[in-house]
Amino acid sequence: MLEIRGLSAAIEDKPILQGIDLTVPQGEVHAIMGPNGSGKSTLAYVLSGREDYVVTGGSVMFDGRDLLAMAPEERAAAGVFLAFQYPVELPGVGNANFLRTALNALRRSRGEGELDAVQFLKMARAETRRLAMPDDMLRRNVNVGFSGGEKKRNEVLQMAILRPRLAILDETDSGLDIDALKIVADGVNALRGPEFSALIITHYQRLLDHIVPDRVHVLSDGRIIRSGGPELAHELEAKGYADMVAEAV
Amino acid sequence: MTALMQTGVGGFLSRFEQLREHLPGDPGQRIAAADAFRRAGLPGATSGRREEAWKYTSLRPVADAEFQQSLASFAGDSALLPRLPRFDAPRIVFVDGEYRPELSALPPAVNFSRFADHAVFGTLARPDSEPLVALNTMLAEDGATLTVAEGIDAGLLLLVSLATDVAAFHPRHAIHLAAGSRLTLLELSLGDGTYLHNPVVEVHVAEDAALTHVRLQNESPAAFHLSTLYAEIAERGTYDSFALNVGARIARTEVHARLVGAKGIAHLNGAQLLGGMQHADFTTVVKHIAPSCTSRQTVKNVLAGHAKGVFQGRIEVARAAQKTDGYQMNQTLLLSPDAEIDTKPELEIFADDVKCSHGATVGELDPDQLFYLRSRGISDAEARSILYAPSSQRRWMRSRTKRSAKYWRARWRTGGRGRSHERHDPSCPA
Repeated sequence: MLEIRGLSAAIEDKPILQGIDLTVPQGEVHAIMGPNGSGKSTLAYVLSGREDYVVTGGSVMFDGRDLLAMAPEERAAAGVFLAFQYPVELPGVGNANFLRTALNALRRSRGEGELDAVQFLKMARAETRRLAMPDDMLRRNVNVGFSGGEKKRNEVLQMAILRPRLAILDETDSGLDIDALKIVADGVNALRGPEFSALIITHYQRLLDHIVPDRVHVLSDGRIIRSGGPELAHELEAKGYADMVAEAV
Repeated sequence: MTALMQTGVGGFLSRFEQLREHLPGDPGQRIAAADAFRRAGLPGATSGRREEAWKYTSLRPVADAEFQQSLASFAGDSALLPRLPRFDAPRIVFVDGEYRPELSALPPAVNFSRFADHAVFGTLARPDSEPLVALNTMLAEDGATLTVAEGIDAGLLLLVSLATDVAAFHPRHAIHLAAGSRLTLLELSLGDGTYLHNPVVEVHVAEDAALTHVRLQNESPAAFHLSTLYAEIAERGTYDSFALNVGARIARTEVHARLVGAKGIAHLNGAQLLGGMQHADFTTVVKHIAPSCTSRQTVKNVLAGHAKGVFQGRIEVARAAQKTDGYQMNQTLLLSPDAEIDTKPELEIFADDVKCSHGATVGELDPDQLFYLRSRGISDAEARSILYAPSSQRRWMRSRTKRSAKYWRARWRTGGRGRSHERHDPSCPA
């Protein structure tokens, strides 16, 4: 369902991605690991349509459609979801209204009816409880005054409510304690199924103990230098990136 | 029907020559105003001269426009009527500047008379120094004189102006609140086509009285709205105003407030939401003459398209006005690279024991916030609307009358006219 071919991208003329080839079949969860500055977050942003990254080559097809030609909101409507590494604060915008506006925008794009406030709240409260989040999270302004862990959980809540077909988790595990990590992993695992794929970007193997990936890819200097099964994450943890990069050269 | 007149200053002056025998009030003041208007001209339209007070706003388009200067006929089935607020409150309605009793519902607790019947020019307006006030004083034919008697709480009153194409009118309004009285005045300006609405308003707030003045300018996108208001606030009196400008091709909201009694309060707040080629100028002068008075002013602009906003605010603190507490802030959100704001907050302080602050901020929408919303499937236009709605909404939520706040939210939802951007749906956060 996600086919990345020779993808190159730059920010302010500085090349970051230098020819990425990656296929994530429907229903599979793939992990992308790599050292700082290897291009992991850039890949996440390019896939979700952030405008300050310039695609300089290659193609990305999602369900047979040209993802790179779509606006960010069209990608979301097609089922792409990015869990941000640094979730953005929206002062003055209530979390519940934000989520309902987003969900109804997606429903409209799929030709489904919109949910009213009562229907939405019922559904949202069920999800917050499942993610062991306090109810008042829905009443607060989006991410304003949230702790680092709460922000990440709020991303997972959004994912649970918006039900994407492809979730990209950009270091969702960073800054989480063990309990929160478990909650985040449970949130992802709950969505797993034949209609759901995920690209999990992480530094550490820790999250992959809870969300066991189908494939692991190692990114270095804007290229995928190795791919393998879940055991590759353990190998990385044991050897470190430097050795693997050296081997690959 | 009269033929179209000559345009510009000459057009207004010849209109005066035609009408002068029939105009109400003191002819001496009319003639003096005509002389002042002839000397001053329309700011920006007279070659070579550029007054400081009109540095950022040119009225050349007003000078170039053709107006049919007689009161237009107005059909009872006009498309304007459904745009009147539907809530049940006393209202005084003018059409092209002429009072219309059949559209009005007079307030029980406010004494109303027409300027056309009892023309008194008042003591605050300065035709000698304000060209538009001179134009108004020269040509004013009608207007509302409102008086609230001592100690009366007169509740809510609507003052409505409806306008039709090619009209030019110069209403003269006066509002007198006697000691300890209260009134909430909701002023609405609506219309269709190209017209000039040039009102002058005098407000007198006596001791312990309080006027809440809410002004919604939603004129036609081709119209000119040039209003000048003078307020004088006595001891412990309050003039609490909020002006929302969404309409008109060129708008000027000019307010002169004088705090002449101790512990008086003046709030001159506003918001301007503009798009397309709109130009709106918010100019205020607050004079602290008596001690221990408070003035507050926050004016917000949200500018899209090629819109241009102007804010000129001056606080003057006289030597005797010790313990003055003055605050002034202009905040602007630019939604497009072609939008422009000119902002000039000024303080002039002659007393030594005062607390005054002022400032201005100009910002754009945060691209990170915008991307975050869009990545969740929310369209660009809706995302922009969500991001700028909260601050503007909070402002009018604070309005003292729930009904006017409700009316405004409805205007917001349906979108002002002349917007180049879409509006957010009712689920937008408050």
